[in-house]
Parts: sequence; structure tokens; C-alpha cells
Amino acid sequence: MSQYVLRRLLIAVPSLLAISLVLFVVLALAPGDPFSELATNPNVPPEVQAALRAKFGLDDPIYLRYLHWLNAMLHGDWGFSFVSRMNVDTLILQRLPATLYVIGSAQILALLIAIPVGVYAATKPYSLFDQIANTLAFVGFSLPTFFTGILFILIFSVTLDWLPFVYTTDIKATGIRWVLEMIRQAIMPVAVLGLFQAASMTRFVRSAMLDVIRLDYVTTARAKGLGQTTVIIKHVMRNAMIPVVTLIALQMPAVFGGAIVTEQIFRIPGIGSLLISSILSNDTPVVMAVTFVFACLVVLFNLIADVLYGWLDPRISLR
Amino acid sequence: MAPLLEIKGLKTHFSTDDGILQAVDGVDISINKGETLCVVGESGCGKTVTAMSILKLIAMPPGRIAAGQIIFEGRDLVPLTSNQLDEIRAKEIGFIFQEPMTSLNPVLTIGEQIAESLRRHEAVTKKQALERTIEMLKLVQIPNAEGRVHNYPHQFSGGMRQRVMIAMALACKPKLIIADEPTTALDVTIQAQILDLLQDMKDRFGMAVMLITHAMGVVAETAQRVVVMYAGKVVEEAPVDDLFGDPRHPYTQGLIRSIPRIDLDSEHKTRLEAIGGSVPILINPPVGCRFAPRCKFAMNVCTEKEPLLREIAPGHRMACHLGDPNLGAAS
Ligand SMILES: Nc1ncnc2c1ncn2[C@@H]1O[C@H](COP(=O)(O)OP(=O)(O)O)[C@@H](O)[C@H]1O
Ligand code: SF4
Ligand SMILES: [Mg+2]
Repeated sequence: MSQYVLRRLLIAVPSLLAISLVLFVVLALAPGDPFSELATNPNVPPEVQAALRAKFGLDDPIYLRYLHWLNAMLHGDWGFSFVSRMNVDTLILQRLPATLYVIGSAQILALLIAIPVGVYAATKPYSLFDQIANTLAFVGFSLPTFFTGILFILIFSVTLDWLPFVYTTDIKATGIRWVLEMIRQAIMPVAVLGLFQAASMTRFVRSAMLDVIRLDYVTTARAKGLGQTTVIIKHVMRNAMIPVVTLIALQMPAVFGGAIVTEQIFRIPGIGSLLISSILSNDTPVVMAVTFVFACLVVLFNLIADVLYGWLDPRISLR
Repeated sequence: MAPLLEIKGLKTHFSTDDGILQAVDGVDISINKGETLCVVGESGCGKTVTAMSILKLIAMPPGRIAAGQIIFEGRDLVPLTSNQLDEIRAKEIGFIFQEPMTSLNPVLTIGEQIAESLRRHEAVTKKQALERTIEMLKLVQIPNAEGRVHNYPHQFSGGMRQRVMIAMALACKPKLIIADEPTTALDVTIQAQILDLLQDMKDRFGMAVMLITHAMGVVAETAQRVVVMYAGKVVEEAPVDDLFGDPRHPYTQGLIRSIPRIDLDSEHKTRLEAIGGSVPILINPPVGCRFAPRCKFAMNVCTEKEPLLREIAPGHRMACHLGDPNLGAAS
């Protein structure tokens, strides 16, 4: 098992290298660089500009710059943000917790809704419950997060004034008050992202359950007199979760995409909003590092999915 | 003596997009204690639906028991809820299904799948259930039962899986085993072994067996009594010797003629007499005899009036207008 994980991690190395190379080239070819601001600043003499450009190797050929970047990365040097004037890794570590907190809670919320609703709907197909669940899932799936986000802000912050609409990392409270405030300000972003995820996940879970329910071994289980609940949980759900796990893992990139939008709307200082502001200010090292972190997270979730897959399905041997 | 199981006028219908499909349409079958009854007929005759209706294992909806009684040990099962039937499933009536490859849950060990039946119906500890499971696996001759009990279904061959299914069906020592084409999906050599095993188990535990098959050869070897089904109806019923010695219904005669015979040389074997045509679709079936379109002896009355089951010798009943004294000059 640990050998399998190790091997999978080693296999991930070439793909991460390829991803980083593509990212690097795309960013290098994109218009604008971190010093474009200096070029238009009359207070900086051209000689100084040239010296700075030479120091950071900005005029070297792309492959040299890439090798430089890679070498620095491998030594734990993630680069320097010209805009924030701090090291990129410090910056990311500052921003990552907020993102993980919001995305993680949203995923948990989505699972807590999707699994029971999808399972129950599948046990009573075309019942009233099923039809309502299907309709809501369809609506939730069709409404983009930027729309529901703004709608939530209008209702719960502007009109009702129940929840704050700006997320802050420096809450002026301690102890239990701090915890409550953290939860309160996360409610809207988590709900927006979580409900959106739940909508598509409910549909996965329901259809995976329906695929399994009509299989022969479910009839075998019913012929043992086990009772509906045991049959559904022990025989149907366990098998239906196998494709669901894969689908959830494959959806992770979309989840991060959704998180970027959600962070913008609620002004959550996470790595999603860091990415947007860095792109707008041509802060290339940060853009590079954040995208790379996203890539690593996606690879990591795929690995987790494969391990879960092997645990759920004994026919797959993780060797 | 009252029969162990008595199916009376069973009608099981499915609602489909094209209309009501009358898969089982007025079937009477009874099984005595300790008896082996074969139910035979081509694919699509309603054998599986009849068997599954007994414990309400058909998909409902679209399926529905539209009429009839299923009396098991004096109690009608049709009005019972699924929860009430759970007390009878596996404990009183065990099931063996046709497809050993798909009838076991791939993510649970075979031991868990046998033991869960024991744990459900008997007050046994986990450890006792495991011991009983191993004992059952030994009975059905699975080598190295102590080790194999922890294996998953994909680690067994088709024949071995069917042995596991038999062990599972027998675990709670039911009074009746319903085996739905238990050998159809298996290789010919394995088929004989599985039938022998079923026979052994029956001799040992003395339960009644309802063996569903479409192979007349299997019937001749195992049955005491035979019920022939065609298009959702019983067309003939007789003790096995009477059925083979004096088959009366043209459909039964056709089935018997289609048995491959080893005593003929290969030239004759290739000229097996198959019954022409196929089982009709059971949505709005034709009036009269459902076999008429394929019957060599069909008369005018056959497409007008439905032949009812009538006794032609003790224990021998059939549903055909041929030689019906009540029909008089019409035939
Ligand atoms: N779930 C179902 N929905 C609709 N029709 C069904 C269903 N199950 C069985 N049938 C129909 O019932 C008829 C009898 O099928 P079955 O009992 O499986 O035949 P047999 O076991 O004799 O081969 C067939 O025409 C089949 O199409
Ligand atoms: S009733 Fe008529 S059609 Fe039907 S089997 Fe008898 S002879 Fe043939
Ligand atoms: Mg069948």
C-alpha cells in the first residue's frame, strides 16, 4: 500500500514537471512583465532598469529562465513577489488556510447533502421526493456561483443584515467569539460553493445508486431477508460510491475554479483571490507559484481517489 | 397432506411503455415437502418471474402481483409486506440464481455474504457464524474452506461461485430451495457436478427443491414431478415418468424431441427437432391457445377458446384441446 502511494507520487513527478513547463512558457509569452511598471516610472533611470532586468534574468531565453526557476524551486526558493514585496512561499502560506477552510467546508457540506439525498432519491425513483430533489439539483447546477453569491449577499447581508459580506482574517475577538465569527463569515461562501457542488454530486450519487440497485447481487441480498436499509447501505451504497469517488476527484479542478470566483465575490483573502490580483498586477512569480500549487492539489486529490478506489473495490489491487 | 407451497392462479404483470405485459398469467403449481419439482419451458415463458413472485423479489414497480395466492405452510404470502417476508426469505425459502458471476456482491468476501444470512435469522455470534459458514463451504466441497472464506467472489471460478451460492441458500436450512437455472451459465462438465451437489444436499437436508430449467435433460435426471410452462401459463403437469413416457401437450412433445441424444450418431444429432417459431410477446396475447401459431395440430377452436388444464390421468394434467371429450364434434 505505502509502496503503491510512493510509486504513484513518483509517477506524478513527470506530469508536474510538464505542467510547470507549460505554465512557465505561457506566462513568459504573455504580454507584460513585473517591470512594466518600472519602465513607465520616470523616477527610475534606464540604467537601473537594465541592471534590475539583468539581475533577475528577465532577458534570458525562456528555457534558461525555466531551469533557473526549477532549480530555485527544488531548493525551496519560490521566488519574490515584486508587488507584495515578500517571498512567494510566505505569501501563499498566509493565504492558503482561508482557501482550504472554505473549500474543505464546502466539500463536506456538499457530501453531507448529496449522499443522503441522492441515496434516498434512488431508493424511491420518480417519487415526489425524487422529483423535487432532481428539480432543485438542476436549478442549483444551472445557477453560476457568481450569481448565487451576489444574491446571497443582497438577501442576507444587505437586506437582512444577518451575515457579514466581507471575509476578514483579522477578527477582533478571541476564544469562542473568534470561532463563532469565523463560522459566521464562512456561512455564505461555504453555502454558495457547497450547494453548487451538492447539486451535481446529488445527480452522480443518484444515478450511481440506480445503476447498482438493479444488479443481480442486490436481488441476492434481498433474498436473504436483510431488510431495505441493510441492503441499501451494505450492498448498494458501497458499490455505488466507487464511481462517485472518481467523479468527485475528477471534479476537483472545477472546484478550485469555483473557489476562485467565490473568493472574489466574498473578498476572501485566499490563494484564489491572490491569483486574480497577481494576474492583474503582472506579478508573474506569484501567478506561477499559485497555479503550480493548484496543479499539485489536483494531482494529490487524484491520488487520494485512487487509494480510496482500491479500498472500496477489492478487485483493484494497489500494487 | 397439504403441500408445502401452493401457488394458485398467480398473475404477475409488468407495466411497460407498450402496455401491460402478462408475464405470468394464472399459474398453479404445488410442491410437496421433500419433493423435487422441475419447472421447464423455453426462455421468456415466465419461469423466473413465477419463482421471484413467491418472495416478491421482482422489481415492483414495474412488476405487480395482479391476482392469486401463494400459500406456504398454510399462510398466504401475497398480502405480506416486504418486512414480513424478510422472516421467510432465506430462513424458510432459499434462492439460487442463474448467474453465479453477477449474483455475488463483488466488494464483500463470500464469508461475509454467507454469514450475514445466518446472523440475520439465527441468534449466533460473529464467531459462530464464521464457523458455520466454513462448515457450509466444506459441505459444498470448496477446497481449503478456512482460507477461502475470506476471499472475494472474483477469486472464484463460475462453478465455485455457484457452490458458494448453494452454501448461502442452504445456510439457514430452509424447507424449500428455489434454484433458477443454476447450471445454465456453466460449462457442461461443471453442470453435472452442480446438479449432483444439489441432489446430495437435498438427500442430506431433506428440503423440497423447485428446479427451474429449460433443459429437458436436466429434468429427466432430477425431477420427481414436472410442470411445463409456456407463455406465462402451465400447459402440462405430470410425474416425471408419465411426462417422458406419455407426453400429451404438443409443446411438451416438441421439448422432448429437442433433447440432444447421445445414443444417436452425430449425423442424427444434427437433425434435432427444434420447435419452429418463438415465444409470443405477452402484451395483448392472442385469445385461445397461446401455442397455436407454432402448433402442428392447431384447429379452429384453438384460436377461439382457451384450453384449460384438465386431468387426463391421476396426477397428469394438461391444457390442450386435442382429445378433449367435452369439445365433441368440434375437434
Ligand atoms: N422487470 C421486468 N420488466 C418487464 N418485463 C419483464 C421484467 N422481468 C421479466 N419480464 C418479462 O416477463 C417475461 C417472462 O420472463 P422470465 O420469467 O424471465 O422468463 P424465463 O425465466 O422463463 O426465461 C418475459 O417476456 C420478460 O420480458
Ligand atoms: S390447444 Fe390447439 S393449438 Fe394449443 S396445443 Fe393444443 S392443439 Fe395445439
Ligand atoms: Mg429465467
